[in-house]
Amino acid sequence: MPGFTPSATPEQISKRARAFAGEHFDAKELVSEKEIRDALLERHGEATQAKLDAARVAICGCGGLGSTAAIALARIGVGHLHLIDFDVVDMTNLNRQQYFVWHVGQPKVEALKSIIYNINPYLDVRVDNVKVTDSNVRELLADDDIIAECFDVPENKTFLVNAVLENFPGKKLVAASGMAGYRSSNLISTRRVSKNFYFCGDGETAPKPGAGLMAPRVGVVSCHESNMITRLILGEEDA
Amino acid sequence: MKVNGTNETLNGPLSVAGLVESRGLNPARVAVELNGDIVPRAERATTMLKDSDTVEIVSFVQGG
Repeated sequence: MPGFTPSATPEQISKRARAFAGEHFDAKELVSEKEIRDALLERHGEATQAKLDAARVAICGCGGLGSTAAIALARIGVGHLHLIDFDVVDMTNLNRQQYFVWHVGQPKVEALKSIIYNINPYLDVRVDNVKVTDSNVRELLADDDIIAECFDVPENKTFLVNAVLENFPGKKLVAASGMAGYRSSNLISTRRVSKNFYFCGDGETAPKPGAGLMAPRVGVVSCHESNMITRLILGEEDA
Repeated sequence: MKVNGTNETLNGPLSVAGLVESRGLNPARVAVELNGDIVPRAERATTMLKDSDTVEIVSFVQGG
């Protein structure tokens, strides 16, 4: 494994400290594409990183599941991310979604894109601030190889799963259901329902008073989704 | 016929839509796969089940 040698210039190092103190810099002023790439290669190796670079993943819904999954995939350098959501960040989202106070009121796709940009500004991130419907789904997801179902409302989750399986039987679909409250993490699993359809979650736990949707358990399910997606990118098809 | 891994006996003609209804499920909250392929939403009422079929009904609850 090649060691990682930092290649930041003194100017970049100085700007990082000034950014931490509150000054604004574009992330590309703080790190070169080469330095990020060297760091990813040191952690993942050339062959693995080449597959991650080439991957095209759609994140349908940028709430607790989608924001967490998109950030995990961005961190490992998944090359092409497609963020889809019609909603804006709300204060009640912050208990489980990866947003900051200053994102409240902004479109989730734009807020998430900006978080990802500050993790790796050299990724290709496409955003669509729309609701997925039967009339736009074919066009919207045409270029994506793996689709992550990360919606919240059960009818929307169901719609997307049916629409993807009906329109794109050759694409990989990773969906999730059953993640509310604080029941054991060990009830959560990833299951391969059919050739290209994977299901993560405990399958049954909806939010109820005192046991709503909370960051830890939603995060467990989201990371089941993002790890399944990583496995698919790297050629592992078993759940 | 096998439904979500459990053997069931067919008593007379039953469509996919009828199976979903008979189990008390909300059709707007399920996806149904028949022998590994999705049953399109528009074809659930006309897709009839056979004893040799394997059915997977995937249900969705709130949360994301």
